[in-house]
Amino acid sequence: MFRTMIYKRAINLKEEQELFLTIHNLLSEQKLGALATHSQGEPWASLIAFAASDNLDSIYFATPKTTRKYSNLLNDPRCSLLIDNRENLASDFSNSIAVTATGVIKELDKSEKSAALQLFLNKHPYLETFTQSPTCAFICLQVNRYNLVRRFQEVMEYHPGL
Amino acid sequence: MDIIPLSALNKSHRQLIGGKGYALGQLISLGYNVPPGFCVTTLVYDQFLDQTGLRDLITLELNRKNMGEMRWEEIWDTALRIRNLFLRMPFPANLKEVFKAHCDHYFQTDSVVVRSSACDEDSAGSSFAGLHESYVNLRGFDAIIKHIQLVWASLWSDRALLYRRELGLEVEYSAMAVIVQRLVLSDVSGIAFSRNPNNPEQTIIEAVHGLNQGLVDGSIEPDRWLLNRSTGNLLKHIPVERTRYMVCTDNGITLAPLPPDKAKTAPLNAEQVNQLFQLAYNLEQQFDLPQDIEWTLSNNQLFILQSRPVTAKKANSAEDKRGWYLSLTRSFDNLQQLHHVIVNELLPAMASEAKRLDDYDLDQLSDHELAIEIDKRRIIYQHWHDVYWDEFIPFAHGVRLFGEFYNDSLNPSDPAEFILLLNSSDMISVKRNQQLAELAVEVKQNPELKAALERQDYFAAVCEPFIQQLDAFLKEFSGLAWGTEICFSDQSKTIKHILQLASKALVEKDKVTDQKNQQMQDHFLSHFQGEQLKFALQLLELARVSYKIRDDDNIYLGRIESQVIKATELAKNRLAAKGDPDSQLRNANELIALLSNPGQVPKTKHKKRKNKQPSGKLKARQIIGQPAVAGLSSGIARVVLTSDDLFDFKAGEILVCTAIDPNMTFVVPLAAAIVECRGGMLIHGAIIAREYGIPCVTGIPLATSRISTGDKVTVDGYLGIVTLDK
Repeated sequence: MFRTMIYKRAINLKEEQELFLTIHNLLSEQKLGALATHSQGEPWASLIAFAASDNLDSIYFATPKTTRKYSNLLNDPRCSLLIDNRENLASDFSNSIAVTATGVIKELDKSEKSAALQLFLNKHPYLETFTQSPTCAFICLQVNRYNLVRRFQEVMEYHPGL
Repeated sequence: MDIIPLSALNKSHRQLIGGKGYALGQLISLGYNVPPGFCVTTLVYDQFLDQTGLRDLITLELNRKNMGEMRWEEIWDTALRIRNLFLRMPFPANLKEVFKAHCDHYFQTDSVVVRSSACDEDSAGSSFAGLHESYVNLRGFDAIIKHIQLVWASLWSDRALLYRRELGLEVEYSAMAVIVQRLVLSDVSGIAFSRNPNNPEQTIIEAVHGLNQGLVDGSIEPDRWLLNRSTGNLLKHIPVERTRYMVCTDNGITLAPLPPDKAKTAPLNAEQVNQLFQLAYNLEQQFDLPQDIEWTLSNNQLFILQSRPVTAKKANSAEDKRGWYLSLTRSFDNLQQLHHVIVNELLPAMASEAKRLDDYDLDQLSDHELAIEIDKRRIIYQHWHDVYWDEFIPFAHGVRLFGEFYNDSLNPSDPAEFILLLNSSDMISVKRNQQLAELAVEVKQNPELKAALERQDYFAAVCEPFIQQLDAFLKEFSGLAWGTEICFSDQSKTIKHILQLASKALVEKDKVTDQKNQQMQDHFLSHFQGEQLKFALQLLELARVSYKIRDDDNIYLGRIESQVIKATELAKNRLAAKGDPDSQLRNANELIALLSNPGQVPKTKHKKRKNKQPSGKLKARQIIGQPAVAGLSSGIARVVLTSDDLFDFKAGEILVCTAIDPNMTFVVPLAAAIVECRGGMLIHGAIIAREYGIPCVTGIPLATSRISTGDKVTVDGYLGIVTLDK
């Protein structure tokens, strides 16, 4: 019984590690994701450029302050972000993976953002001028949960930091 | 493979060394005398782009807007921003080392020439030579490196971008090779066409004293020899008046007066002409195609600088204005000549034309005579309109030339920073705006006057001195047309505008601007010494004059246009008095016809001015343009399409218009932000908004139809985004 538990735990760990790496790789490879916000129940989706922290507990993105997504996030900081690697082919149903990150955002001020901004600009160096604009907000999505969908309908959940 | 000596270039390098590099390699292998040097292959360009991340930045720049929708000024802006990106990008250390070794080996402290060698630019099928840059007389590693970056940047020059589709310019695939060669100190230089493009029986040789840059850029007229292509017999020598030649300075080249003994002598003697004919003949045989050759003579030694197939120039269709755009790029010298003509001949002629027309008493004319007068005035206006396009717009290149010089010298993070140095307080529009501001201050400081003006009690005693000043103002500035209407012809509209101005605090702006401009000028000039300082000052002066004239010429043209309007307005009133219900809507042709044939029954086929009507289904929420002036402002939009819209403008509104011309800049101080359909950092709207520090986004072609008066709008001048609130 004890041996079975250890064995199960070992399998879980292996799976967990594999899941972590799958998500990590996807988030490293992909440059863009679809951000879901809402305004008083009215849904809104926006394509954004992002970068994730190495431990996956944070995802960073930048947005002009005049946008709807920004005003939605000011009203409700909860949001989700869909990242996938589909190629618009029939094989996507079996081969592509999609991750939904869910959490709460926080706008980073000057003192908080330097390391995160560097991480973001390493991935998107062409957005430097954009992020320097005083009208551009730099945002951290503190991720509570990742949902990974692959092989058509297999869904796994991963909680960073737990 | 990254950097290859010219003497080692061969066919296997073809894809990496560009057309010029390939031709030079072949010339050397055939035993011709070519100045020594090396070719920086396209592999180095690719490494530079990939190591610095420039490729992605160029992609972003090029895709900000559909190139097909851009005006030439916007294309120039794009090219200038890309040029700045190349200049500001630190050179990767590994690449620098490779360059250093080659420069030290080949040149030490010798002067060099850095030349573009784009792929296919010199091939038989294309005629795009001259779209990219070359630099002459550079010394030292840093100068060479900097100019290699500039040559790379010229792959994306405005001229190249105009022909982007034909050139197949793509960020992913296009690359530029660069030739670095020892400079030959030329006694005489020139070009040769083994076959005259206009006469297949002839060979042409052209020659000038000194370096050949003066000939190539068109600033020096060459002596020309026409020869029989079959026999080499001289058919004709066409000498010219030789006054100047291109010589080396400490770090570059300049045009200098030609010494009298040289001025008297043709650059080539008969023997040299024959030698060049033989050269052209041999090259054509060896390359199997008629050749266009650049050559130079130094101490009687003949060097070949370039040889490429002769290409027939593609004829531009009437709609294709690119040939005209290309002609806008003028040399400093050419611009100075143009300046002389504009200031001493054209502007005075325009001013006296406007005055002559204004003095002419239209009321004494019969209807028939008035019709003739309208037609005359239209022709006069068309003439000056053509002069405007052919002479004044090219002169505006002085500003561009200065902009590039400023950016090359100071390397600013904002490629448009130089614009602030151009302001000149003696421009007509600036004077007008200052006088309006002074009148507004007077109203602001005198509540009694303000109250009287608000209740339109213009005859109140308190108004008397103000009204006198206003009349003087209207007399000075009433002849300014905007669109099809004359501004400042109506006293009460002008007072309404002044009351709006008085509701804002505007007084201190000019002093602050003047101080800032002086500081900028000092900072700019502190980068130069001696001859360079002199040149910098001359170029700044030229740019200021160029900018001032670019502004004033609109006003002068507006004055002539207003004389056409004056005559047509009189015609409309006469027809209205005779009972024509549509008189106010008639165009000049109809007015002329109706005045000339009183019996003609007026048709009522006129369409009313098209009102912009959003379809109701499509609503822009966020529009992207060019960030012209940084800042963020929100307010109610006023779309200005007519003179009435201008005078209805309220302080704090967002000005949305097709293009701000100098005749309407008086509303700018009232605006919280500006959105303009026309794009380009040198357009009036952008410049005046910069002076007033008003957020401005330009280059949104459909701004006036996507935004309606009354919309709540947020203008982000940092990012070039205009957001329409729900």
